[in-house]
Amino acid sequence: MAKYSLKINGKTQQIDIDPSTPILWVLRDHLNMTGTKFGCGMAMCGACTVHLDGSAVRSCSLPVSAVGKQAITTIEGLSANGTHPVQKAWIEHDVAQCGYCQSGQIMSASALLKSNPNPTDEDIDNYMSGNICRCGTYLRIKDAIKSVKL
Amino acid sequence: MENTNTQNRRSFLKSSALAGGGLMLSFSWFANAQAADKMVAMNLPDQWNELNGYIKITPDNVIKIICPNPEFGQNVMTSLPMMVAEELEVDWKNVVVEMGTHDSVKLGTQFTGGSNSVRMYWKPLRNAGASARQMLIEAAAQTWGVPASEITTKAGVLLHSSGKSAKYGEMANKAATIPVPKEVKLKAPKDFSIVRNSQKNTEGQKIVTGKPLFGIDTHVEGMLIAMIQHPPAFGMKLKSFDASQALKMPGIKDIFSFKLYDDGFVQAGFDTRTFNEMIAIVGKSTWEVMNARKKIKVQWEAAGEIKETMMGRGGKREVTIPSRLETTSSQMELMAEYANGRHSAKPAQQLRKDGDPETAFKNAAQIIERTYNAPFLAHNTMEPMNFFAHVSEDKALVAGPLQAPGLIEPTLTKILNLPADKIEIQMTRMGGGFGRRAYGQYAFEAARISQRMKAPIKLIYSREDDMTYGIYRPMYTATYRAALDANKNLIAFHVKGGGIPENPIHANRFPAGAVDNYLAEGWEIPSNITIGAFRAPRSNFNAAAEQSFLDEVAEAMGKDPIAFRLDLLKRAKENPVGKNNEYDADRYAGVLELLREKSGWGKPENSGKKRGVAAYFCHNSYAGHVVDMVIRDGQPYVEKVTSAIDCGVVVNPDAAINMVQGAVVDGIGNSFYGALTHKDGAAEQSNFHNYRIIRHNEAPKIIDVHFIQNDIDPTGLGEPPFPPVFGAVANALYKSTGKRYYNQPFTVEGTKL
Repeated sequence: MAKYSLKINGKTQQIDIDPSTPILWVLRDHLNMTGTKFGCGMAMCGACTVHLDGSAVRSCSLPVSAVGKQAITTIEGLSANGTHPVQKAWIEHDVAQCGYCQSGQIMSASALLKSNPNPTDEDIDNYMSGNICRCGTYLRIKDAIKSVKL
Repeated sequence: MENTNTQNRRSFLKSSALAGGGLMLSFSWFANAQAADKMVAMNLPDQWNELNGYIKITPDNVIKIICPNPEFGQNVMTSLPMMVAEELEVDWKNVVVEMGTHDSVKLGTQFTGGSNSVRMYWKPLRNAGASARQMLIEAAAQTWGVPASEITTKAGVLLHSSGKSAKYGEMANKAATIPVPKEVKLKAPKDFSIVRNSQKNTEGQKIVTGKPLFGIDTHVEGMLIAMIQHPPAFGMKLKSFDASQALKMPGIKDIFSFKLYDDGFVQAGFDTRTFNEMIAIVGKSTWEVMNARKKIKVQWEAAGEIKETMMGRGGKREVTIPSRLETTSSQMELMAEYANGRHSAKPAQQLRKDGDPETAFKNAAQIIERTYNAPFLAHNTMEPMNFFAHVSEDKALVAGPLQAPGLIEPTLTKILNLPADKIEIQMTRMGGGFGRRAYGQYAFEAARISQRMKAPIKLIYSREDDMTYGIYRPMYTATYRAALDANKNLIAFHVKGGGIPENPIHANRFPAGAVDNYLAEGWEIPSNITIGAFRAPRSNFNAAAEQSFLDEVAEAMGKDPIAFRLDLLKRAKENPVGKNNEYDADRYAGVLELLREKSGWGKPENSGKKRGVAAYFCHNSYAGHVVDMVIRDGQPYVEKVTSAIDCGVVVNPDAAINMVQGAVVDGIGNSFYGALTHKDGAAEQSNFHNYRIIRHNEAPKIIDVHFIQNDIDPTGLGEPPFPPVFGAVANALYKSTGKRYYNQPFTVEGTKL
């Protein structure tokens, strides 16, 4: 066990935990922040995507010991009350079916748009292909991303 | 009828003590049709007047509609309440939606599956809305002393010609005491104002903000996390284990083996279990449990032949589960032996015969014969199997992702030895289902573990647990034969199909009824690999095989594939062959005609396109697609799909388009990449690194969806668009490569076309 001081969604959280614990389980089990989803545990599906200093990372494969002072942003912290332009675009395009993968999709999409505000279809495909949607909402995700003006 | 002047447990799970375990789940089940900020301002009331099982109204005129069926992405939490709201005549913006708990008396069958939700609830829910409206009118009539016939309603307000008016909320308390009307008149489709108008997902806001919605998000104070270790291969069982090291790991509470069912348990249809004895690992957190699991030293052994008692439609029967450890190549060989009648075990069973197919084939000028194969498929719901259970001595609360709570309840009563009224079953939003969550074995496992631990537990499967557990789409094969006479007329059609462990054939579906001489046969190979419903069971294979075959037959006859199908359907309509033809030839043809028009099929401007077409009937609906394909870097990509569907009235059009688009993407993905293979009984795929799921860059750029406009009562939509994708993809592959594709998945990783 080791003590960590984590910056999550603008708040500092103290936690005493096994250093190998992935951030996914720190969030879900220890902080009861369940917006970040468990899908595969090996960074193959993107359901667990969060931002680390603004970049999209797969939290299932990121041990708490590797975070240091970097700021973590989760779906719960992306905006107050779902007002981030990407979240609004998701509602506008009624993207979700089951919805399970969508917080990961939104976290990836918002990181993409931050670094590339006007992505082409190919940019979107390249960036988003790490996020699986088993319901197949890819077309709406792409439309939603393209509609966002940051 | 009850008048609930105080909160009852069904109205406010968040704030009331639950009957099951006196627990509070950490999340409210509310969804709302309007924005969350407005909801907060609404200051949710504490008095709900229950007009019937589906409708509760507050004095402030908040209309709560209870969704009976579990939500797994088919959007029933929007479409079903829309049906109630339509007849209740309320402003959709004032509606809040709540997922019902399991209560078949109040809420009906509550079965999510078989593309049945909208179809099954179309009348009951509209009746519920219309009845409640009538009771509100009656309450106003009594209050105002005017005849009920003089009262009209609009957007949740009761109006009288004298100028009197009242919001529903003002009359709701009294309305709850009015007897339920014996008969109500339902609106004609032309008068719909909510139904047929796109309404956004009532849980959309919660989804995009990461609110706890899914079973795996369940959290209660003092809850423990459990995982199971199941045998590594089908046909294996637990011999012994040593958990002494694992038990010393931090956070671990207990490790024990347990049996899913007691000896002699009689299994009902959805009690499918793959392994009867497993090891449970219980601890404080998921990561600790995962780590401890790796430290258990386990000995597995061959399970041998197993006898099981099944309760089916024909009563109790004994079933022998074979012992062999299966490998995909030998499964293929065995299927070929059965298909050719070379296997001694059991001949194929005749499922339907019209005319004299034997003679027709003997006299044929040309016979086309083709065999199609498809592998097991894993459902791979994005949310792995999980379940919450808190079992105490005299009651139980269970909650999680379930498609069919009514099928789970009888088994829970037996496992826990508790009466049904002491078991509260709550259905969470499901992160996908596709059929998998109609089988409740993970709920039973959770209940067993909680009972033993005397604590609330949440069982979680890892992706590997989930993918290697079984309950797959079966492995299928079918051989199709067509007989042509000297003038290239189709004179006979023969299909013989089988699978491990189920035969896929729908004997009474197209082209049965359209060919004078017809024969359908089926056979089955028992297996220890468990199977279950998978989005459009059996159809998802048949549509691939049959629709590819018809394409090839049309080509041999020198006919356009759409014109060929339309000719057959004309025959089936005008002079049908045989009895019990399941489809409506007119509706089937209507979909093909719409598809031809919208895709510009046969138009000169499309002559350069590599296109495939297929259409299929299942779950009472008709669906077809035209697929436009390109080959890039030796890999096939579907660029555009045009879809046509007849599912009767489309309740929520934009969401329906979403569902069809999703089914198309799912179909392309599974036909190109989907496969679950075995070696010595073990699944060879265990996670998304070796089970390929379609991704963003592999999805079509355009999926253009068209619905037949009619007033027919709604039929299925979740499944019907899925099966024909496989056939259309196969036919487009032929146009793209000049080669026919008979074996799924059509593309194998690392090889170029």
